[in-house]
Amino acid sequence: MSRSDAMTNVLWLQGASCGGCTMSILESGASGWFDELRQFGVNLLWHPSVSEETGEEAVEILQSVLDGKVRLDLLLLEGSVARGPSDTGRFNMLAGTNRSVYRWMLDLAPHAGYVIAIGSCAAYGGVPAAGSNPTDAVGLQFEGSDSGGALGAAFRSRLGLPVINVAGCAPHPGWMMETILALTTKDIAASDLDGYGRPKFVANHLAHHGCSRNEFYEFKASAETMSERGCLMEHLGCKATQAVGDCNQRSWNGGGSCTKGGYACIACTSPGFEGAQNFLETAKLAGIPVGLPTDMPKAWFVALAALSKSATPRRVRLNATADHVVVPPGRTTTKTKP
Amino acid sequence: MTRITIGPFNRVEGDLEVRLDIESGRVRRAEVTAPLYRGFEQILEGRPPLDALALAPRICGICSVSQSVAAAAALRDAMAIEAAPNGLLATSIAHAAENAADHLTHFYIFFMPDFAREAYAAHDWHAATHERFAATRGSAARDALPARARLLETMGIIAGKWPHSLAFQPGGTTRAIDLGERVRLLSIATAFRSFLERIVFADALENVLAITTADELDRWRDGRGGDFAHFLRLADSLALSGLGRGTGLMMSYGAYHGTDGELFPRGLFGPRAAIEPLPLAQITEDVSHAWMRDSSADPAHSSTIPDPDKPAAYSWCKAPRLSGQPIEVGAIARQTVAGQALIADLVSASGTNVRNRVIARLIETARIALAMEQWTRALRLSEPFCTNSCDIPDGSYVGLVEAARGSLGHWMAVRGGRIARYQIIAPTTWNFSPRDSFDVGGPLEQALVGTDVGDAGARAVAIQHIVRSFDPCMVCTAH
Repeated sequence: MSRSDAMTNVLWLQGASCGGCTMSILESGASGWFDELRQFGVNLLWHPSVSEETGEEAVEILQSVLDGKVRLDLLLLEGSVARGPSDTGRFNMLAGTNRSVYRWMLDLAPHAGYVIAIGSCAAYGGVPAAGSNPTDAVGLQFEGSDSGGALGAAFRSRLGLPVINVAGCAPHPGWMMETILALTTKDIAASDLDGYGRPKFVANHLAHHGCSRNEFYEFKASAETMSERGCLMEHLGCKATQAVGDCNQRSWNGGGSCTKGGYACIACTSPGFEGAQNFLETAKLAGIPVGLPTDMPKAWFVALAALSKSATPRRVRLNATADHVVVPPGRTTTKTKP
Repeated sequence: MTRITIGPFNRVEGDLEVRLDIESGRVRRAEVTAPLYRGFEQILEGRPPLDALALAPRICGICSVSQSVAAAAALRDAMAIEAAPNGLLATSIAHAAENAADHLTHFYIFFMPDFAREAYAAHDWHAATHERFAATRGSAARDALPARARLLETMGIIAGKWPHSLAFQPGGTTRAIDLGERVRLLSIATAFRSFLERIVFADALENVLAITTADELDRWRDGRGGDFAHFLRLADSLALSGLGRGTGLMMSYGAYHGTDGELFPRGLFGPRAAIEPLPLAQITEDVSHAWMRDSSADPAHSSTIPDPDKPAAYSWCKAPRLSGQPIEVGAIARQTVAGQALIADLVSASGTNVRNRVIARLIETARIALAMEQWTRALRLSEPFCTNSCDIPDGSYVGLVEAARGSLGHWMAVRGGRIARYQIIAPTTWNFSPRDSFDVGGPLEQALVGTDVGDAGARAVAIQHIVRSFDPCMVCTAH
């Protein structure tokens, strides 16, 4: 048995991509991503950023998959599928092949045990699909929040799953790597994906969960301008109460997150997030934010917000509009028995 | 004469295709194609100006902070405000971390694996080089990737996350750093210095930066461990100083802006081989060989509208020119313009080439590692990190920064509170420019001409070295 028979063969391609998902996953693994892949028996057949093979050697690898000479277990695409102009895919040719990435994906996907969309571009279209969508960019199996995309709603990979969408812009390295590794042991079933094809181990959480600004949220003590410490939802556009992701539970780059970094969650794990405007400003109707938590009656939210605002401790109120802690937590005295 | 096409050209950032006309085993003519267009400039038109902070960084996942900082600089120009000094320092620290991470990624993941290829099996250095630098399998990746990840923890503290942060604003950065965080930043910078001193240079950074001439560099290298000396020995063995010669014209917009100037100054290394003021008004873009409709040559007035069937076009990349000339940008340009003694000596001896580009990148990495420590100590923790943004009047604005790969400019026109035009010229747009209307090729196209490929044709590893020595970022190039 050759090496590639025993291992999980992974092919990673880039479409209309910024390369950021690759840059993110290169942070994975205590001794580096390549070591981590090997430890779990993953054979990277080819990856455009890291593999030795270039030019015709790389094309030979892709062709050997199409010819059925090499078993493809996981096919990963990073970046949108640019279908334009006029459905030719010419906005994104795979260099040296005279064939578009769009065409390559249509040809390769039926060979793959599983197909994974890496990042919100490959999942739903992402930023290239913003505005006038000049390149007719779509995701592999979604066009924004509509099912379909490049491969079509009916597509199922060789092992019977729809495209698995590791959404995010860029996704957390853990989201990508844990999805890849769970699939090496066939541990993801259709029931483990949410309605937008996202693994539930990520999508069952909200970016809001574990937010370090939680106390400010409880009291609706809000930041009014950039660099202030308060809750970012009321004025500065934060969508963390509506966006899925465990960003604030697992943290990024050794301890950060968007909200911890002082700027709004822009819901980058959601289909169509790129269509929003004024990302760092809260859309309001009659002074009330439009994007309230979706599973809570608006009247209740408004009533509770008014109540909690009236009960806001001075410390929380003053710190919310300061960039440094101006009122520290008070000294508590613990009475001990005489 | 035979024509060969090389692609997909991997271990670069994004998609690249190179076509070469070969005559008697030498490259006679080169055409460089950026085969991906996404349309960011079109996407930004009609949006509120501050949306550029969310969308423009997403041009590139490898230098998203550079794109952020350029957008923030253009917006700051528009708002006519001063950024908080702490915000500028925090921006420089984060930007330096990204640029240093880029240089590491380039050296270890993109560039060095070519020397481990079978084509060099006959050389006495091949076995050791293969063990150290083979793509994905070499021991160097086990050192470099964790060091890179640790360096990028800078982003967790300053920028929330990387890539694609919204922390970089016209008025500064979005969070104040406290004392504990300053110590953590220093600890990351110190760990990075330690990595450079143990693994890359096998010497103290101060000693490396005290080398001022090519002769001193040769003496320093002899018998030394570390990956830089390893590279220098390969460069000698393969005569890399004679490979991929540039045009000789270089520029820098100036890097790491503080309240009292820049760490690396702005300037042009011009035709007289001297450093001159940079004539910014002389920047134009030519679209004669780009799949783009004709538009104004001045980026402040031009539009980007694709024309995929245009005859004679062969790239989505426009051809930027300064005073009508193609210009090389990148670490070698930055360090030459900054007057770094060793780089100036090397450039004066052999111009820009594969060896000197890589040396400049590593010397720059040493310089910014030291600067990161100084900037972190200079933060005045009780003072603001951000000043307030304000409304933007109609007008044309520009943000100029240096990304790892060179000069990056964002030109933005605002009308009625919306973006009327947004034009981006990225470093690789300069370096990997197609021909202009005078049939003059871009810096890479010129650097490839004359290269000896022998019988290897498309598999010639010399071509790989030349292309990667520029550290191309193709997703930035055509955006």
